[in-house]
Amino acid sequence: MPKKAATTERPTDAPNLQEELRRLEEIVRTLEGSDLDLDRAIALFEEGVGRLRAAREQLAAVETRVQKVLEDATGELRLVDLD
Amino acid sequence: MTDLFESATQPVEAALTVAELDRRCRRLLEGEVGPVWVQGEVSGLKTYQSGHWYFTLKDADAQIRCVMWRANAAKVGPAPVDGTPVFLFGTPTVWEERGEFRLTVTRLLAQAGIGAKQLELERTRKALEKDGLFDPARKRALPSFVRTIAVVTSLDGAALHDIVTVARRRWPAIRVIVFGTKVQGSEAEAEVVAALGRVGRVPGIDVCIVGRGGGAREDLEVFNREPVCRALARVAVPTVSAVGHETDISLTDLIADARAATPSAAAELVVPDREAWWRRTQDLATRLAGSLTQRGRLAHERLARSGDRLDAALRDLLRERGQRLERLAAQLDALSPLKVLGRGYAVATTAQGRVLMTVQALPPGAAFTLRVSDGSVNARVEPT
Repeated sequence: MPKKAATTERPTDAPNLQEELRRLEEIVRTLEGSDLDLDRAIALFEEGVGRLRAAREQLAAVETRVQKVLEDATGELRLVDLD
Repeated sequence: MTDLFESATQPVEAALTVAELDRRCRRLLEGEVGPVWVQGEVSGLKTYQSGHWYFTLKDADAQIRCVMWRANAAKVGPAPVDGTPVFLFGTPTVWEERGEFRLTVTRLLAQAGIGAKQLELERTRKALEKDGLFDPARKRALPSFVRTIAVVTSLDGAALHDIVTVARRRWPAIRVIVFGTKVQGSEAEAEVVAALGRVGRVPGIDVCIVGRGGGAREDLEVFNREPVCRALARVAVPTVSAVGHETDISLTDLIADARAATPSAAAELVVPDREAWWRRTQDLATRLAGSLTQRGRLAHERLARSGDRLDAALRDLLRERGQRLERLAAQLDALSPLKVLGRGYAVATTAQGRVLMTVQALPPGAAFTLRVSDGSVNARVEPT
């Protein structure tokens, strides 16, 4: 019997904090390092500010989610909040 | 009469102290006889507050005093009653302080109890080993940044509560998906296997913890079952086995990518620490701002140097870029923690500069440093 995957989607597909910071690190290193074209530097800086803001948003999030998995008669999985 | 005090090899002047003699005997026993299995009947077992067991092992012709330290005794279960036939594994030794000969026991198996269960465990272990499931090369690294954890355990157990508590403290925005299952009793095996099978069907899971809180040895048996071990090996994401015992291990501990002594320890192991990530972010923010200052200066110099060699259009273009840079600088400035301080907020830190973010971090009487816009002051929480 083919089993169905749970229908609940992942809450976000935005890059996670680790990815944001990895890219930010790369940007900072580039800006600190080589003699960049000014346009390129500005573009990188802008991107860096955006990544920093996204990273801080993730760090500021405080809502814990605890869910339990239920399997119904058809073999479908559902996620239900648990408190 | 001096002969009385002289032996062929040792003059009286070289007489040993009592401690030296006892130590020499102890080393001889431990080294020459070493750890051994011995069988007999338990007699006069006393348990103390400390958890250590003291008893005598007897057979028809002889006896030996035995001690079993708490850590080992705890693994045995209920203390055996007088006359129980047992196998003991231990090292004969001399207790130097009292000059007593005794056996330090590390394992105790009731003779009636061995058989089926021990053999089954051994058979399972061999089968799993043969299929390479204990191979260290199989072990996957745990992800360094985890947002969603799966927990396969009882919905009513302490394990779930402990994991959620620790996870929330380390990373408040954590998502925990619980695959509820019985962890003891006759249905436990099938339920744990089914729960492990479901983990792969929920998208977005970074890591899976399987386990339960502490229990007697027989309560942890499901984590030694072959189908459970095989189901665990099939889980697509990295796994942590957390069966609540400090000293013994379950077969799932050998199968999982990592093992933790308790469910709390498993959460500590996998959930990212917000404070560490916050510090890293702040460090990058500072460096980003610094890089901008440097770039801004360069841009300015270039603008000045270029002078009349550039035509007006190009100068305008550069000036416009320079203004954009200024706007960005202002934007970054607004993000700066120091700017926030300028608006009248203050940051509480430890003397070492660690930011104190919660009431819990500031108990009554605690000393801390308060950073305001133009400097720092020392402060203390009012005692309640």
